[in-house]
Amino acid sequence: MNELVSVMNELMSIKPVVLWSDVLIYILVVSLGLFFYQLSKNPLARQRWRTVFHSRAGVASFIVILFYLLIALLDSLHYRAPLEKTEGSDEVHYSQEVHSLLDVVLTELRNKDEKTYSAPFAIYSFAKENMQTDDGVVYRDFPRLANAGQHLESAAEHGMDIFVRSMKALLVAAFISAVIIGLHIAWRKRQHSLQSGLAGVRTLPWGTIYLTLSVLVLSCCWVLELSKVYHILGTDKVGQDVLYWSIKAIRTGVLIGTLATLLTLPLAIVLGISAGYFKGWVDDVVQYIYTTLSSIPGILLIAASVLLIDVYIETHPEQFNLVAVRADFKFLALCFILGMTSWTGLCRLLRAETLKVSQLDYVQAAHAFGVGHNRIIFRHILPNITHIILIALVLDFSVFVLAEAVLSYIGVGVDPSMASWGNMINEARSELSRDPVVWWSVAAAFVLMFVLVLAANLFSDRVRDAFDPRSA
Amino acid sequence: MELLQVENLSIELLPGKYQQAGRLLVKPVSFSIRAGEILALVGESGSGKSLTSLALMRLLPEALAIRSGRVQLAGTDVFDLTEAQMNSVRGRMAAMVFQEPQSSLNPVQTIEQQIGEVLRLHKGLSGAALREKIISLLHEVGINDAEQRLGWYPHQLSGGQKQRVVIAIALACEPQLLIADEPTTALDVTIQKQILELLNELRRKRQLAVLLITHDMGVVAQMADRVAVMRYGEIVEQAAAREFFAAPKHEYSRALIHSLPDRRHFLSAPAQSEPLLQLKDVRVWFAQRKGILQRVVGHTKAVDGISLSIGRGETLALVGESGSGKSTAGRAILSLEPLAGGELYFAGERIDQLSQRQFLPLRKRIQVIFQDPFSSMNPRMNVRDILAEGMIALKVEPDAEKREQRLQVLLQRVGLEVAHLDRFPHEFSGGQRQRLAIARAIAVEPELIICDEPTSALDVSIRGQVLQLLQELQQEMGLSYLFITHDLSIIPHLAHRVAVMKDGVIVEQGDTEQIMTAPQHDYTRSLLASVPVSPV
Repeated sequence: MNELVSVMNELMSIKPVVLWSDVLIYILVVSLGLFFYQLSKNPLARQRWRTVFHSRAGVASFIVILFYLLIALLDSLHYRAPLEKTEGSDEVHYSQEVHSLLDVVLTELRNKDEKTYSAPFAIYSFAKENMQTDDGVVYRDFPRLANAGQHLESAAEHGMDIFVRSMKALLVAAFISAVIIGLHIAWRKRQHSLQSGLAGVRTLPWGTIYLTLSVLVLSCCWVLELSKVYHILGTDKVGQDVLYWSIKAIRTGVLIGTLATLLTLPLAIVLGISAGYFKGWVDDVVQYIYTTLSSIPGILLIAASVLLIDVYIETHPEQFNLVAVRADFKFLALCFILGMTSWTGLCRLLRAETLKVSQLDYVQAAHAFGVGHNRIIFRHILPNITHIILIALVLDFSVFVLAEAVLSYIGVGVDPSMASWGNMINEARSELSRDPVVWWSVAAAFVLMFVLVLAANLFSDRVRDAFDPRSA
Repeated sequence: MELLQVENLSIELLPGKYQQAGRLLVKPVSFSIRAGEILALVGESGSGKSLTSLALMRLLPEALAIRSGRVQLAGTDVFDLTEAQMNSVRGRMAAMVFQEPQSSLNPVQTIEQQIGEVLRLHKGLSGAALREKIISLLHEVGINDAEQRLGWYPHQLSGGQKQRVVIAIALACEPQLLIADEPTTALDVTIQKQILELLNELRRKRQLAVLLITHDMGVVAQMADRVAVMRYGEIVEQAAAREFFAAPKHEYSRALIHSLPDRRHFLSAPAQSEPLLQLKDVRVWFAQRKGILQRVVGHTKAVDGISLSIGRGETLALVGESGSGKSTAGRAILSLEPLAGGELYFAGERIDQLSQRQFLPLRKRIQVIFQDPFSSMNPRMNVRDILAEGMIALKVEPDAEKREQRLQVLLQRVGLEVAHLDRFPHEFSGGQRQRLAIARAIAVEPELIICDEPTSALDVSIRGQVLQLLQELQQEMGLSYLFITHDLSIIPHLAHRVAVMKDGVIVEQGDTEQIMTAPQHDYTRSLLASVPVSPV
């Protein structure tokens, strides 16, 4: 009871921090919700999305993407914890560190710093240290880690302990999945008996959905259980848990994938459609803009803009009182520039498709009815080029996640204080040249990024299959 | 001795992602062709005639398979051969000519390379012998100056010449069987006539067996020795051409023959009143631009000074081959193309100088029906929205409830059901879609409808029904039609007057009966002469 009260007190006393990227990601989620709500009204679109979700790869990759998105959303609710009151002052001061809801879930990971590198599951440090025996003799050896494997009596129990804990995690995961799936099957049976008349309607591949969910639940349980007493993915140079940072990097990856396209999507759509629909001088101007833009090397433009932003931040310190705010500003700017250098491709596609669609008879018929330009664009043209926008969106997603990694690697990416896979890979430059090799942080970044990009690519393949008019 | 013998051939669609059981697309069919004989396989789109021909060559797409039957070509069973042996049958024993010459030729190879390829492959010719053979082939298919044209690319040839080259390729290895799949459908009537004559001459000279696949009964009447009528994957009637046209047994065959032009009955022109629409010396030119500054260096004269008039309740047919500028003229009347010169009058008022806003009241009075019923309706809108769009934009019926009632009446008038209002265009067949397009046009109660080839994308049996509907509406509502078409065969039933267009100018116009029976201009005569007619 007392604990609950103290938790409540703590909750009441925190100060929420709203970063611009948080606002954008929630706007994005809401608009996605609205988009799907709108879709459910249009039977043609609904049928197409149904084919996406009826394919096994489609639905499995969608669940994985949702899982990443969920982590990113949790990581986008930021707050500052209050500091302990100094004596003689009633004023509450807040910590300079900004945490998120995800940090609360992962508190155990966050606060278990070591001194320096340690390998995954290790109980000894990676570097030798001078130590003293009880009788004062100085010797040099690998010290035990402060926060990993402390409960073990001797190193001999190490392997057995991992095995026992894994089994325990497996049991818990099996139980949780069984409950979820069991409840859902029962619910489906009831639904089924309610509408038994609808026999023969193709249903979602529930087997695949259950399997994907179980795998996700299992990996969560395993990670949470083992990370209590070990650094599953080791620690980095300053002893921070690599697992924690690679999970934190999910938000960066997901956000850069979506925001970079969405920020400049309106530009591509408006310019592309106007060029294709109005033709003449409008078309000339738009074409000149995007040919010019796409003939400047993208990396050069990005590097130059990032330098500009750095200078701006340096000269306006008063606007960036927190490290997180500064990192966030830099991050959004990066998204914007990435989008700026890549909208031309989509714009070109949309212009070409609009040129084609606007010559079709139904647009001509609308002209013959005296329907206005706005209405023609919104009723006749936009709905018939949406498939291109959708396909471009999902395809670009994985491109941007990878681009962020490359940019951080050459040093023009996100702020070093922000967790990102690119930053982890960047650090791996020196780690990989050590002997013995420190491979785990680059491996962690690689695996998490790989899963996300693979899921996004599989999903975009399905979306393209379903929406490409040539395959329909 | 039969050259080709097909016994109980059936083709099925393999069970796939969206269906559990296989579906029979061609039910067991049997036919045979002798050397030197033309068998016409007739049917509407989707009847399985092209599939049958592909199956003979074992070229079916992946999702389809031959379920049963036997095909014997000059004594060998085609289905027993290995794929490698089959490759030597294709081209050497049997060759194919497809509908669209444009896409059957490789655009980046010269015609010498394309004809030579087959000869090198199957005959092992090379050097001077190869060249000589190619030239003699080109002469045979009627291409003049063959020596000079060897180095030409397909885009330098006209449509008819391209089809001749395709035929030359097919004949290069002296096959005994030629499968011609709608060889003239993509060509203008005058060219069609030449190609058909060429095919006829070749089969006599070479004793070719020809399987001619077509939907055009006129072509059948002109070419075929025997006729097989296909419908829903079955051959419903098979007979010698003369007997077939004299006494068709199956009801469907009768309907097909009935679709042929009847040149004896003409519509009489209604009593002349003041013209509803009048064109005086109308010109539509497209600027040709070049260079960075897009200077105008010349004009493409799509329509170059045409004058015509349409009275109330009258149908004027504007006839011409592709590229003659007839569709552009229609678009100019709708103010979708700017005029380069001339005057347009509608109900006595001059309308060619109106702004888009001033033209708005006229949009209600002049409507349009397009050729392709698949592209004329927005696939993402339901029928209600499609039909109501014009009524809302032109404020014909602002009240939602009354509009709904009007829509229901309209749908029933064009022969559809009220329940169709909530459906989407892709759920309808071509004929039904064209009915929808008609409903959309008459929804705003126009006085003049510009029909731009409204029936050329439709099968013959549907075509008759749509034309019938148009005529009924004309009588009920006193509509005037400008009927743009390349198909002379439908004119006698439909038009009161005819204007013949060529290269942007009208070469002849007058009453239908006079034009069809006593044409004055050479071009009109050649057009009429190329229309295949029924022998009865």
